[in-house]
Amino acid sequence: MTADLVVVEDLQVHFPIRTGALLGRTTGAVRAVDGVSLSIRKGETLGLVGESGSGKTTTGRALLRLVEPTGGRVTFDGVDVLALRGEELRKLRRRMQMVFQDPYSSLNPRRNVANLVGEPLRVHGIASGRALDTRVTELLDLVGLPRNAGARYPHEFSGGQRQRIGLARAVALDPDLVVADEPVSALDVSIQAQILNLLGDLQQRLDLTYLFIAHDLAVVRHVADRIAVMYLGTIVELATAPALVGRPLHPYSRALLSAVPIPDPRVEAVRERIILRGDIPSPAAPPPGCRFHTRCPFRQATRCDTEIPALREVRPGHTVACHWAEEIEAGRIRPAQPAAALAADG
Amino acid sequence: MSSAAWTAWEGADPVRPPAGPLLSVRDLQVRFVTRDRTVHAVNGVSFDLDAGQTLGLVGESGSGKSVTSLALLGLLPRRTAQIPAGEVRFADEDLLHAPESRLRQVRGNDVAMVFQDPMTSLNPVLTVGRQLTETLRTHLAMDKQQARDAAADLLDRVGIPDPRRRLREYPHQFSGGMRQRVMIAMAIACRPRVLIADEPTTALDVTIQAQILELLRGLVETERMGLLLITHDLGVVAGVCERTAVMYAGRIVETGPTADLFARPRHPYTLGLLRSVPRLDAGSDLPLAPIPGSPRDLTDAPSACAFAPRCAYATDESRERLPVLTPVDGDRDHLVACWNPVSDAQRVSSA
Ligand SMILES: Nc1ncnc2c1ncn2[C@@H]1O[C@H](COP(=O)(O)OP(=O)(O)OP(=O)(O)O)[C@@H](O)[C@H]1O
Ligand SMILES: Nc1ncnc2c1ncn2[C@@H]1O[C@H](COP(=O)(O)OP(=O)(O)O)[C@@H](O)[C@H]1O
Ligand code: SF4
Ligand SMILES: [Mg+2]
Ligand SMILES: [Mg+2]
Repeated sequence: MTADLVVVEDLQVHFPIRTGALLGRTTGAVRAVDGVSLSIRKGETLGLVGESGSGKTTTGRALLRLVEPTGGRVTFDGVDVLALRGEELRKLRRRMQMVFQDPYSSLNPRRNVANLVGEPLRVHGIASGRALDTRVTELLDLVGLPRNAGARYPHEFSGGQRQRIGLARAVALDPDLVVADEPVSALDVSIQAQILNLLGDLQQRLDLTYLFIAHDLAVVRHVADRIAVMYLGTIVELATAPALVGRPLHPYSRALLSAVPIPDPRVEAVRERIILRGDIPSPAAPPPGCRFHTRCPFRQATRCDTEIPALREVRPGHTVACHWAEEIEAGRIRPAQPAAALAADG
Repeated sequence: MSSAAWTAWEGADPVRPPAGPLLSVRDLQVRFVTRDRTVHAVNGVSFDLDAGQTLGLVGESGSGKSVTSLALLGLLPRRTAQIPAGEVRFADEDLLHAPESRLRQVRGNDVAMVFQDPMTSLNPVLTVGRQLTETLRTHLAMDKQQARDAAADLLDRVGIPDPRRRLREYPHQFSGGMRQRVMIAMAIACRPRVLIADEPTTALDVTIQAQILELLRGLVETERMGLLLITHDLGVVAGVCERTAVMYAGRIVETGPTADLFARPRHPYTLGLLRSVPRLDAGSDLPLAPIPGSPRDLTDAPSACAFAPRCAYATDESRERLPVLTPVDGDRDHLVACWNPVSDAQRVSSA
C-alpha cells in the first residue's frame, strides 16, 4: 500500500452569484465543488471524470489554490495546503503543476518557446544564463520537441506540439504532482495518442503523480489507476479503473459508461444503452437528497429525494454514494424505464 | 401523436423514389483562393446516399468534411470558394449549377442540415416557436394554428418535454442538448429526404450525445431519411452508420460497410486511427500506437498519397502517384485509395 500524496476532505468551492446594478448583492451560490473527498497516492494516476460543469476543473484548481476553497481540507505530503501563506505557499506550488486543455490560449503568443519553458525556472530563481539554456534544451528533448524549437513562437506549432510545450513548462520545476486538465481533449485523434504516451513516459521517468481530469472515459480508463466519477460537485463513485469500468455500482457511472461510444460496430450493435432523461441540473440549485435522483433510472420512492447518500466503501477500495447500490447490483432493484422512447414511437 | 395538424402534415406530398441514388456526389473539388494563398480543401470526393441509409463521414480536423457538406448545399462563401470540378445530384437534379432560389427550396424541403453549434443557426431574438412555425408556414403553406400544432408535435417528437410551453421560450433558455433537439426539429420539419448532420453531438456531453444519437437512429428508421453523419469520433460512426467513408486531406481514402471497414481496415490511415484511440472495453495494458507527425497542409493540389509522409507502408509509388479508390480483393463495396493496402496478414502481425 503506497502512501497518499494528496488527501482532500469535504472540499467546497462555492462561487457567489451577484445580481443588482453594481453586482454587489449576493443572491446565491454556484456550488461548483460541494463536498469532495478523495486521495491521490504517490506515483499513481487518479482519473477524474464527469460531464461539463460537474466541477472537475474547479476541484483541480482548488488543490493548487488557483481558486480559494470555501471549505474543507487539502493535505499535500502531510502539509495543510489551505493554511499556507506567502513564501510557503510559493514553495509548495513548485511541487504541484497544472497542464491545461487549451494549448492555444494557455501560452503567451509573444514569447518564444525557450522563454516559455524557461520561465518557471527564472521565476523561482532556479537557473539562469548557461545553466538555464542547458536545462531548457533538456526539457525540449524530454517532451520530444526539436532543439531548434526554442527560438520559435507558439503559433508556429501544431496543437499537439503546443501541448508538449505546456508539458515541458509543467515539469520544469521537477514537481511531484501534475494536475492535467483535459490535456488531450482539444487535440485530433491521431495526435491524442502521442500526448497520452508522452504523459506515461514522463510519469515513469520523473516519478510523477497525476490527477488526470477528462470527460472522455475511454481516455481515462487507459491512463488511470483509479477513477473518481463526479456529478454536480460531488464524487459519486471511486474505484480502481478495471473495477469502475467492469463493475460500476453507481447508476450514474453505469449510464455514463453505457453512453461512451466504442469504435467497434460489433460491440455497438449489441451493447446495453442506458439513455438518461433530461439534463444535468444547475449547480446553483442542486436537487435535494441524491443529486442524481432527477435523472436516475433506479430512483426509489424513499430516501433518494430526501436523504443525501454518503460516499461509503461497498467493497475494499470501491466507494459509492448511492443508497441502493447493493440492491441494484444484485438485481433486486430494476430500472424504471430502460430507454427513453423518443422518436421511435412517432 | 395523432392531432389534426399531424395528419395534415403527414399528407404533405408523397415521397417518390428516384431512379438513381437519392444523393450522388462525383469527384467533387473545392478550393479557397485568397490573395496570399490557396487551400485545396476537397480534392475529388465521391459517394452515394440512398433513402433510409446512414453514411458516416469521418476524418480529423481540416480533412474537408464540413466543406464537402457545405458544397452540396451551395453554402460555401462565394467570394473565396471555387468548385473547379465535380457533380452533385439530388434525385437526379444537378445541384452544383442550380440557381440560388432553387437551392433555397432544396435546403428547405429536401436536404436539411444540422450543425455542431446550434446557437449559430438559431435566431436569438425570436422564440423557438416563432422560428419553427415560420419554417412550417413558408415551406408547407400551413395556417397559423396548424403550424403551431405541428411545431408542438415536432418538439414532442425530438423529446422535448412540455412542448407548448417551450415554444414560447427563446433559444438561450434551452440547454445545449435541447437546442440541438430544436435544430433537429427544424431540420425535419419539412420531412427532408436527406439529413446532413455535421458533428451534431461534438459539443455535447456523452449522456446527452447518447440521447441525440438515439433520436437520429429513430428518425432514420421512421422517416426513411438518408443520413450523412459527419464526425471525428469513430465510436459514433460504429454505433450509428451502416456505411463509412474515411477522409484525409480532402479525399476519401477508404469506404465500405461499417462492419467490414472496422473489422478489416485496409488503408494504413484507417488502421492507424483505430489503433490510436483508447477503447473503453480494452485493457489499459494495450499500448496506443499513435500516428506519427501531423496532417499535411493543403496549399498544393495532391499529386501523390497525402498520407505518405506519416505512413509505415509508403513506397516510392506512394510518394509519386495519386492513388484512387479501388475495390478491395474484388469487393466492389469496400474501396481503398492506397498503393499498398494493408493485408490481413500484415494487420495481424503489426498488432
Ligand atoms: N472559408 C474558408 N476559407 C479558407 N479556407 C477554408 C474555409 N473553410 C474551410 N477552409 C479550409 O478547408 C480545409 C477543410 O476544412 P473543413 O472545415 O471542411 O474541415 P473539417 O473536416 O470539417 O474539420 P473539423 O473536424 O475541424 O470540422 C481546412 O484546411 C480549412 O482550414
Ligand atoms: N470563477 C467562477 N465563477 C462562477 N462560477 C464558476 C467559476 N468557475 C466555474 N464555475 C462554475 O462551477 C461549475 C463547475 O465548473 P468546472 O469546475 O469548470 O466544471 P468542469 O471542469 O467539470 O466542466 C460550473 O457550473 C461553472 O459554471
Ligand atoms: S440514491 Fe437513489 S437516486 Fe441516487 S443513485 Fe442511488 S438509486 Fe439513484
Ligand atoms: Mg473543465
Ligand atoms: Mg467541420
